[in-house]
Amino acid sequence: MKVGVVRFPGSCDELDALRAASLVGDAVLLWHADPDLRGVDAVVVPGGFSYGDYLRAGAIARFAPVMEPVARFAREGGPVLGICNGFQVLCEAGLLPGALLANRHLRFRCRQVACVVGNPDTPFTRACTPGRSLSVPVKHTTGRYHAPGSVLDEIEAQGQVVLRYAEGANPNGSVRDIAGVCNADRNVLGLMPHPEHAVDPLTGSRDGLCIFESMRAHVDGTLAVA
Amino acid sequence: MAAPGGGVKARVLVRPKEGILDPQGKAVERALPALGFDGVANVRVGRLIELDVEDPRQLAPMCEQLLANPLIEDYEVVTEPAAEAPGPAA
Repeated sequence: MKVGVVRFPGSCDELDALRAASLVGDAVLLWHADPDLRGVDAVVVPGGFSYGDYLRAGAIARFAPVMEPVARFAREGGPVLGICNGFQVLCEAGLLPGALLANRHLRFRCRQVACVVGNPDTPFTRACTPGRSLSVPVKHTTGRYHAPGSVLDEIEAQGQVVLRYAEGANPNGSVRDIAGVCNADRNVLGLMPHPEHAVDPLTGSRDGLCIFESMRAHVDGTLAVA
Repeated sequence: MAAPGGGVKARVLVRPKEGILDPQGKAVERALPALGFDGVANVRVGRLIELDVEDPRQLAPMCEQLLANPLIEDYEVVTEPAAEAPGPAA
């Protein structure tokens, strides 16, 4: 598996994402102005403050040249993982339902949170133990997931709520404790917690690794995905 | 004053959609009584975008595609008629 990690001006988690991806396969950085994805098998849109998060988080990055091939790749079924700012970018790009709003308390939250995998049947969670709680950090100001009620019912029914904050662990006021959602085809996932910061015991947890292992299993075909 | 190129000056007001919790508005609403300003309610904090546009018909698509996120924000466009520019008196 070759993973492409997109770097925008203002990204700051791309190197951790690159390192996490390189634990399970090959990983290359893609630049925001790149016209193509250089043949990668999966894309990670990392955290940070792309284009300064001017206007709204992710609003400008959505129009970066590289986002055109990313959107095409996603539409063709390629796995795309958006983490934190990447989640915001994918929502702004219309590749994921909903939007991220300022945290309910207006404070920046940087802490380890417990999340539960809500759907183990996606290219990003196949290698995760169903129902197991993952300890992964969050660090954001704009992470309160929002979608209209009808959309929430729909994504819940379709198994698109892939990750949920454990009871009492919701750090931002996200509706229904939603921490991560995927698209209807389940090949695009966005999540606020940072699995790429939880791949080494040095930083307290390796629980995030199962997300990357799932992607490898999906791409290399070692686990079939419905 | 008219925008260069004979267009219009536009103001786009962007607000959090009705019913969406606006913590900034709440924070302001709580701060005002602390300064002695009582009787304040329904504070909403939004964004003002000013721009000169040659073709005002482009404003709506601009708002839909970039200036606002229609899922979470409402917008309102106010244009300043070019007639307000100093010109030949009627």
